[in-house]
Amino acid sequence: MSSLPDRAQVVVIGAGIVGNAVVHHLARLGWRDIVLVDKGPLPDPGGSTGHASNFAFPVDHSREITLLTGDSMRQYTELGTLTTCGGIEVARTPERVQELHRRMSSARAWGVDAELISPAAVAEKVPFLDPSVVLAGFWTPSVAVVDPLRAGELMRERAVAAGALTVSALTEVLAIETGDGRVRRVRTDRGDVDTEYVVVACGVWSPRIAALAGATIPLTPAVHQMIDVGPIEELAATGREIAFPIVRDMDPLMYERQSGADLEIGSYAHRPILCDPDEIPSLAAAALSPTQLPFTPDDFDPQMEAALELFGGILDRPDAGIRHAINGLLSLTPDGHPLLGETPEVRGLWSAAAVWIKEGPGVGRLIAEWMTCGAPEIDPAAADIARFAPHERTRAHVRARAAEGFNKTYGITHPREQWSSDRGVRRSPFHERQRALGAEFFEVAGWERPQWYRSNEPLVAELGVEDRPHEWDARWWSPIINAEHLAMRRAAAMIDLSAFSQFDVQGPGALAFLQHLTVAQMDRPVGRVVYTPVLGPDGGFRSDLTVVRLGDAHFRVVTGGADGARDLAWFRRHLPGDGSVALHDVTSAVCTLGLWGPRARDVLAAVTDDDISDAAFPFATARWLTVGSVPVLALRLSYVGELGWELHAATETGARLWDALAAAGEPHGLVPAGIGVYGTTARIEKGYRLMGHELDAEHGPVEAGLALPRLKAQDFVGKAAYTKAREGEPEATLCTLRLDGARDASGLRRYPQGGEPVLTPDGGRITDSRGRPSYVTSAGAAPSLGTHLLMAYLPPRHAVEGTELLVEYLGERYPVTVARAGRTPLFDPDDTRMRG
Amino acid sequence: MDVLVCVKRVPAVGSEILLTADATAIDTRHLGFTIGPHEECAVEEAVRIAERTGGSAGVLTVGPPEADEQLRYAMSMGADHAVRVDDPVADPDPETTAAAITAALRGLPPDVVLFGEASADAGHAQVGFRVACALRRPVVGGVKGIGLDGDRVTLRCDAPDGVEVHEAPLPAVAAVLEGLNLPRYPTIKGRLRAKKATVRVIAPDLSTGRLRTLRLRHRPEARAETVVLGRGAAAAPAVVDVLADLGMVR
Amino acid sequence: MVLTVIERNGDGTPTAESAEVLAAARDLAEQLGVPVAAVAVGDAGDLPDDLAKRGVAQLHLLQHALLADGSPSCTGEALSQLVAAQRPAAVLAPGTDRSTEAMAWAAAELGVPLATACTEIRPGIRPGEPWEVTRERSGGILLEDAVLDAPIRLATVRPGAPVPSETAAAHEVTVHVLVPDLDASVPRARLVDRRPRAAGMTLTTAPVVVAGGRGVGGADGDAVLEELAGLVGGAVGCSRVATNNGWRPHADQVGLTGTRISPDLYVACGISGATQHWVGCMNARSILAVNTDPEAPMVTRATWAVIGDVHEVLPAVIAELRRRSGR
Repeated sequence: MSSLPDRAQVVVIGAGIVGNAVVHHLARLGWRDIVLVDKGPLPDPGGSTGHASNFAFPVDHSREITLLTGDSMRQYTELGTLTTCGGIEVARTPERVQELHRRMSSARAWGVDAELISPAAVAEKVPFLDPSVVLAGFWTPSVAVVDPLRAGELMRERAVAAGALTVSALTEVLAIETGDGRVRRVRTDRGDVDTEYVVVACGVWSPRIAALAGATIPLTPAVHQMIDVGPIEELAATGREIAFPIVRDMDPLMYERQSGADLEIGSYAHRPILCDPDEIPSLAAAALSPTQLPFTPDDFDPQMEAALELFGGILDRPDAGIRHAINGLLSLTPDGHPLLGETPEVRGLWSAAAVWIKEGPGVGRLIAEWMTCGAPEIDPAAADIARFAPHERTRAHVRARAAEGFNKTYGITHPREQWSSDRGVRRSPFHERQRALGAEFFEVAGWERPQWYRSNEPLVAELGVEDRPHEWDARWWSPIINAEHLAMRRAAAMIDLSAFSQFDVQGPGALAFLQHLTVAQMDRPVGRVVYTPVLGPDGGFRSDLTVVRLGDAHFRVVTGGADGARDLAWFRRHLPGDGSVALHDVTSAVCTLGLWGPRARDVLAAVTDDDISDAAFPFATARWLTVGSVPVLALRLSYVGELGWELHAATETGARLWDALAAAGEPHGLVPAGIGVYGTTARIEKGYRLMGHELDAEHGPVEAGLALPRLKAQDFVGKAAYTKAREGEPEATLCTLRLDGARDASGLRRYPQGGEPVLTPDGGRITDSRGRPSYVTSAGAAPSLGTHLLMAYLPPRHAVEGTELLVEYLGERYPVTVARAGRTPLFDPDDTRMRG
Repeated sequence: MDVLVCVKRVPAVGSEILLTADATAIDTRHLGFTIGPHEECAVEEAVRIAERTGGSAGVLTVGPPEADEQLRYAMSMGADHAVRVDDPVADPDPETTAAAITAALRGLPPDVVLFGEASADAGHAQVGFRVACALRRPVVGGVKGIGLDGDRVTLRCDAPDGVEVHEAPLPAVAAVLEGLNLPRYPTIKGRLRAKKATVRVIAPDLSTGRLRTLRLRHRPEARAETVVLGRGAAAAPAVVDVLADLGMVR
Repeated sequence: MVLTVIERNGDGTPTAESAEVLAAARDLAEQLGVPVAAVAVGDAGDLPDDLAKRGVAQLHLLQHALLADGSPSCTGEALSQLVAAQRPAAVLAPGTDRSTEAMAWAAAELGVPLATACTEIRPGIRPGEPWEVTRERSGGILLEDAVLDAPIRLATVRPGAPVPSETAAAHEVTVHVLVPDLDASVPRARLVDRRPRAAGMTLTTAPVVVAGGRGVGGADGDAVLEELAGLVGGAVGCSRVATNNGWRPHADQVGLTGTRISPDLYVACGISGATQHWVGCMNARSILAVNTDPEAPMVTRATWAVIGDVHEVLPAVIAELRRRSGR
């Protein structure tokens, strides 16, 4: 029995693959006095690490997940705990064949060796598979199985050998004490440990443990069924744990892999079976282990039928029996991404949860780097536990989305696909008006936002907008978007932007606080609107946002709905301890309506007596106006490249504002327009960058073309890296590419969606000097330019206007031309329209 | 030859058994259910006999609708038909169970009826003999080997001092022990066939028996702390000291 | 009367289990204020004298040719006739397989409940009130308190009850012979062969049992178990994992569905101690666990433990034993 020290630099709770990886990397990065505790015994404490199927397919559509998997596989290899066996995703349907082409594009984009192969070639690699059910296979030679228990042991041993780690198994955490909003002490049944840092790496139990400190880890344990069938002579004859490639039978949402003499069959097809972290049995009370629940055979029967179709040759034998069958528990989150980083509620309480075996060691490194340096090498934004709006952390939401997401594990998810469960939680005051206009709602952070309005359908014919002939290109899309775009450029449009997150920053320290967090100069006159990047310590993007100076010591920060929660957490984390700055989230108090287009001033003038001439209300300023009886904070700026304003008003007055503008706008040709225009078509014509697409932690303002003319004197987060980048040549430049009249082999016009690899004319991958690949960060129609635009970072040799390149989309390659290197818009390059 | 096996749905417990709040039953919220190892062997034997003789292997249980899961499990091992005597009580007393089975068997005339020696949970160890008595059939318990010889059956048992072989005319009853055979695992085909098979449900009038559970409790375990004699080979002298103290070193 | 079923050894004396039941019967009879009677199969022999010292007042001898081979249906049938005639308050029998089977048959004939594996029997406070029993469940890891509501209470007694010294106040034992009405109408199996086990240590009689489980790793690994058992005069057993993998015959299995043993020392090698196994060895006087996992249930419940691999520890123990005994 190890005894616990009284003090630790950090306490890591959970000795599964993630906890072990975290302690290993913390020790490597110089942390000492690390304590690792687990309620269960070692080496297998009874969590999901102990029963996982342990295979790693390196290709994911998500770049971050692919990077984490790649890093993890390198670590497993280095530990001698990885066996390469290859893997094949097989398609039974034409739609899946298309998806495999998409996988191929992702493989090429991320630089993973892979190949689409014929059914005969599949059967050559897996001789006992029936190729007649298969249309194609996506073959990845580097697919492997790993031994996470052994890897965990080795990682613990290294940290112990470094004199950095105390391990205490069979130690139950009873409480996590906090003070002044940060972790102070961990209390266990084997003693208390004073510490400033706690990492919760407790897998399916993480919500329970985080709750001890008053924080939320929004995941739910869910069942994944697995059975082992054997003995099978051909498998036993190999004398190895795995000698044949793993097969993912994607259409029935299942996989088959050799496990010694058995074939292991796993499924993501059954009904979602969620359980509660508090309901998981103890190690002693469980028949197998706490995370291996009793098998519910009825749920698995369809998978058995599907398995017989593909592997009838070996499964349909009298001596091949179902020797093991479990309902294994894994962790599901509302959006399917991991939950990493410091919790927004409690300083020093870190989450390392909802991680698959294939990502475990990489997550360990990411968390350790993040805790040590303030920013990890791999962009954690999509996995940041701070990304959730409050309602997204509720049990009901987590369960609804987890249930919906479970069957998407092997599903075909369109890049624009919307969730259907737990919708309608956050509605702007314009919602009823929008419904009446036939709005098609898309969701961001729980907000329902019109993507387009069916009421604008007549504009499609009137403005001659073409539809998209291919179903995949047209899915979650409408030609109405392009029609709304043209109507805005012709007259004016009003756009609901209430999903913006807005914070008021006030107090004597407000200016200094904002100076510290932003790249742009914040000390501007009252009434100025400033756009600024927000950087991490390494100079990569954390956010980009707008700051309005409302008073000497009063600023309003306006940021995107999708980024609001992360930005709020980042701002809160940096508040000075002396109380000199107050930060208020005013998102719910304020609704926002954008009004843009050549007739915008006419429309606004019709509803306000205030002087809104360019002289009285110049670009990049903010003023209070009165619209009828509604006080409005108007910001003269534009993300769509047109004259106009963001109109901010008290939420409860929103409907009045909408009605006033709609009525006044009618004679001027004002239309309501959706986010399809705001977020894609109008901004891509203007070359505006979007957080999470072009802007990420891997890139800084210089590469994104967003470096400011002057470097401010004040210090700010990321300044050193930013300054260095300004002084050198960029390793990549964000470019806009034109795709003119792309037609596929069957003659259909095609429209890439984003995420595709950009290739040299001879089909070679393009990477910059740091190894970052060139891929499409955003794609969208440019109706006013009559083309389809793509954005991508390109290394200097390719970032030259006029350069011809290729983009690979769903198995075919299309010529593209670099139309712009840098930020100058393709549409209205001098910005005359919005300055008018 | 027609063989029928009587099985019972029992919880598959871990190393610690939790009880319900009122302590009248095992808390099965986190548990799966199974048939006991003795009964698995009985099913295996029935299937083998049916395969060998071209007869049938049936399976019967007394219990609520959930117990169909265990009947289907037996069918996925190869049993070809199933009967459930409907009883809302999950763990009926042995008199009731025996009466229910007897009633069901009066309609089915199997040549051999097999029971497990005792259920894995209640362990009353008497239902097979009660049924045999009621049906006026010969019965042997503790059976670890079954041989068929025309209209007779030979049943091999371990006795305290050796092996006994009994012979009985058919129809006969046997209560078998694990070790009778090594039961097969269900096949995928078997499982799919079992899922589609129908379970015949009968509902005779059953009276409650006169052995009624009041409460369950854990056996008090009064053991001192384990003395760790050492690690690996280095512990050998300490182990031999213990053996010597017990007078086992000769 | 409390009627006690006596099983007899080959020499006609009561078995150890029967002696335990007699003790329990005497307790019960004292509470009820009724005499203790006994029933046995065969001739009187020395039995009346023996039973007199154990407080028995009447001995019923069942005598019939069909009872000779111990058929439980015939014994049960004969017993039911005796009980129907005598109408005792209770019938207690040893919890052995054979007596349990006979009692089950008798209970069915009589139409009364039977409580098996009892560790305690508590009569109702007033006549006619239901009795309560405590019996073992789940292989003895659980105890069940149950109501036994019958005019005649049939119960079998779990072995292991304390046996008092022979009573000083010897009764006169009256002997009654009953020739039961048994004919071809009693369905029965015929004992056609009895093969005595080769002489040697058995699991149930050995003072030491050395048993192997998953940690032994296979049939080849058993040699060290055999060797150690040979050196300390013990028998070799195994867990269910070992029999299910075909490493050892089922007859060697210790556990709920194998053999339940109570040796002086149980050496559990590479056995984790799941419930199924634990109930088979929990009555051992002492347990030595050898296991790589210090938290395995078998280790935490053992008297002594060695943390380590079976194939490192046992050869060292064997070498040490040989060194000390000079062999």
